[in-house]
Amino acid sequence: MNDKIKIHIDGKECWTTDGTSIIDAAKENGIFIPSLCHVDGIKPAGSCRICNIQVNGRNMTACSTPAVDGMHIESNIPELEEMRKAIIEIMFVAGNHFCPACEKSGNCELQALGYRYQMMVPRFPYEFPEKGVNADSKYIYHDRNRCIMCKRCVRGVIKDGKHVFAFNSRGGENLHIELDTELASQLTEAEALAAMDICPVGAILKKERGYYEPIGERKYDKEPIGSEIENK
Amino acid sequence: MKDKVQNIIRNYHDDRTRLMDILLDIQAEFKCIPAEAIEVLAGQLNMSKVDVEQTLSFYHFFTYEPTGEYTVYLNDSVVAKMMGSDEIARAFEDEAGTKFGSVSEDGLVGLFETSDIGMNDQEPAALINGVPFTNLTISKVKELVAGFKAGKDVNDMVGQTGDGRNSDDLIKSMVNSNCRMQKGSVLCLEYEVGSALKRAVNITREAVIETVKSSNLRGRGGAGFPAGLKWEFCRKSNGDVSYLVCNADEGEPGTFKDRVLLTEMPEQLFEGMAIAAYAIDAKEGFLYLRAEYNYLKAYLEDVLQKMRDDNLLGDKILGSEGFNFDIRIQMGGGAYVCGEESALIESMEGKRGEPRNRPPFPVQAGYHNKPTVVNNVETLSTVVKIILHGADWFRAIGTEESAGTKVLSVSGDCRKPGVYEVEYGMTVNEMLEMVDADSVQAVQVAGPSGVCIGPDKFDQKISFEQLPTGGAMIVIGKDRDLLKEVALNYMDFFIDESCSSCAPCRSLTVILKNKLLKLMNGFGTMNDIDELYDWSKYMKQANRCGLGQTAANPIMTTIDNFRPLYEALVKTDDEFVSEFDMDKAVEASCKYVDRVPNVH
Repeated sequence: MNDKIKIHIDGKECWTTDGTSIIDAAKENGIFIPSLCHVDGIKPAGSCRICNIQVNGRNMTACSTPAVDGMHIESNIPELEEMRKAIIEIMFVAGNHFCPACEKSGNCELQALGYRYQMMVPRFPYEFPEKGVNADSKYIYHDRNRCIMCKRCVRGVIKDGKHVFAFNSRGGENLHIELDTELASQLTEAEALAAMDICPVGAILKKERGYYEPIGERKYDKEPIGSEIENK
Repeated sequence: MKDKVQNIIRNYHDDRTRLMDILLDIQAEFKCIPAEAIEVLAGQLNMSKVDVEQTLSFYHFFTYEPTGEYTVYLNDSVVAKMMGSDEIARAFEDEAGTKFGSVSEDGLVGLFETSDIGMNDQEPAALINGVPFTNLTISKVKELVAGFKAGKDVNDMVGQTGDGRNSDDLIKSMVNSNCRMQKGSVLCLEYEVGSALKRAVNITREAVIETVKSSNLRGRGGAGFPAGLKWEFCRKSNGDVSYLVCNADEGEPGTFKDRVLLTEMPEQLFEGMAIAAYAIDAKEGFLYLRAEYNYLKAYLEDVLQKMRDDNLLGDKILGSEGFNFDIRIQMGGGAYVCGEESALIESMEGKRGEPRNRPPFPVQAGYHNKPTVVNNVETLSTVVKIILHGADWFRAIGTEESAGTKVLSVSGDCRKPGVYEVEYGMTVNEMLEMVDADSVQAVQVAGPSGVCIGPDKFDQKISFEQLPTGGAMIVIGKDRDLLKEVALNYMDFFIDESCSSCAPCRSLTVILKNKLLKLMNGFGTMNDIDELYDWSKYMKQANRCGLGQTAANPIMTTIDNFRPLYEALVKTDDEFVSEFDMDKAVEASCKYVDRVPNVH
């Protein structure tokens, strides 16, 4: 076992294998570092910035930075927790997130983090942007109002080697994630469901699957996000 | 159309990493990227259409709709506005019969705004079909539009060509270099082209790196990373192949020094690139040239050819066995963030110019995941003189931590705008005297991503230790509305230019700008000023790249240095309620009942 390395996260001694990302190393050691853009098995984007940690006082994203032997990492410190809460609030005001009317409620990671960080009312003014909906393909209902542009779908939903979702434009109002309707129409029911599952919020929904589980009995209704790691 | 597009793609061997070049050619051919072309591209490159659009929609100069037979891109940046670009815009609209952001009905003239085009010393300026037209006046605009209507070639409308090599047959531009660099400094020291490279190939690669390292040469683009160390890291990275890239994407509003270095002394730059390539053992090099400088491309290609003819590039350079190196010019598509080295590499690979996560650093895994050195134009040009005159000579110039000279692009409210080479350690006061400026309210050091300072800090030295700058120095006179004309314009700039990958950069910039507007519109409180400052801190903490981390600087540094300007915007009378504009809230209902809002 000579590829095991030792790191410290918030003073706690942690063991992991060389090359593991900090976020996964933390997870292995029962420490939850929140993130919205990271999914297992997909190249990290480091785009939501919530998993920001500090290594030697430098801010880095835990999803994209590999753990190096002897690293001292700070994660659960007021400065970072405050910033994470701010980013979550930013996401709420930059989109149109009406939890009570959303099919993803209870399974939504943004909502769950909102609860975890005890967000009452965002400090930032709501923007209420006008975003579109694309329901032109057979199984996918794409509601950009709820999109947080984490790029999980851009990276993870691939059909025949091609991207089904992609960023479009940059900066300001025109920016959005575009669904390739043609390619989306070729998705099987199972692939569409996988696309819905990869989305941390309710932007990608599988048609004809409304309220499959009753609200109140869903993943984060039962236990707060992160507890599956912390209570392990 | 299909055939033409297919041919263009074939010219690049159906290589999707050459998507930038392919899109540039299609845009040049059709004045847009037509829907049909996107379909062909997707099919031939085996990508989804949204994936093609992902790249094309990122760059300012790729468009879905045709941009008119004569496409005008007028600079709308701070200095352009100071020099009267609004009036020029109105003149264009009146003459062409169309508004900015649209094309005239007959498809003849398209009017668009763009951020800084690197002509701050001769504003107002515009690119028309890629050709720069500077020092625009209303009568010039009239003449130009008359020319459009008469079907004239834009090149024939240039008239008097500019100073220096702008009159070269392959440039023939009206741009002036305004090169106020003194002969005998560093970059302007006379030398025989090729002599530095000759000296380099006669010593080992390690010795070249050692010389540059001990010269303390730091990157001139702004970040100031030691150049020699970068080379060494690259050399030590495990890779069968390594690349050298020159970053000529100077997009920082207010910077135009690379334009002058590229126009007046490109041989020195290319020689510097060859020396760097020798040091890191790279066979391929790239000059990533910003789209706005496309007018220099043919000229630079010609310079490269002459250097190949002289065996300063190509195979067995200067007879040195095993030293083969050549340079290709890669054009950009209009994106400020591509000046960030990893974003630049992404762009070179035909993708959106989004900065990468680090590690890995480009020196470990850069272009096509191979070790890559990205250096600024000025940095590479300086290398030539370091090799010729030695590290000690170079280190003796400047200050302790900032060896050598800095090329400044000075513009704004001064009588002698232009490009200056100064020794590090010059104070802002000395600079203002040099450029003949008085009644100065502020100096924007290093452009929007830098700092806005007032007279109490004009005794600070231009240097990495005190006032670092990539070169942009914008002088702002006493009569300017600093917050409206400068800070607000720069926030709009950052909102437009954000690659939009990081959540805070994408959204918080907008939130901050709206709060600034709230204050400007008279609805702010003292608390708003504090929140503006506190929220700005998240930008620095949370974002990935230099753009995002500094995008709140126009606000933060003006609060730091000009807080009274903000406080003056806050109403303090008892009646004032900040959050709610009642008149505006009842505007729509008043309209229905035919009343004027008056509910105080």
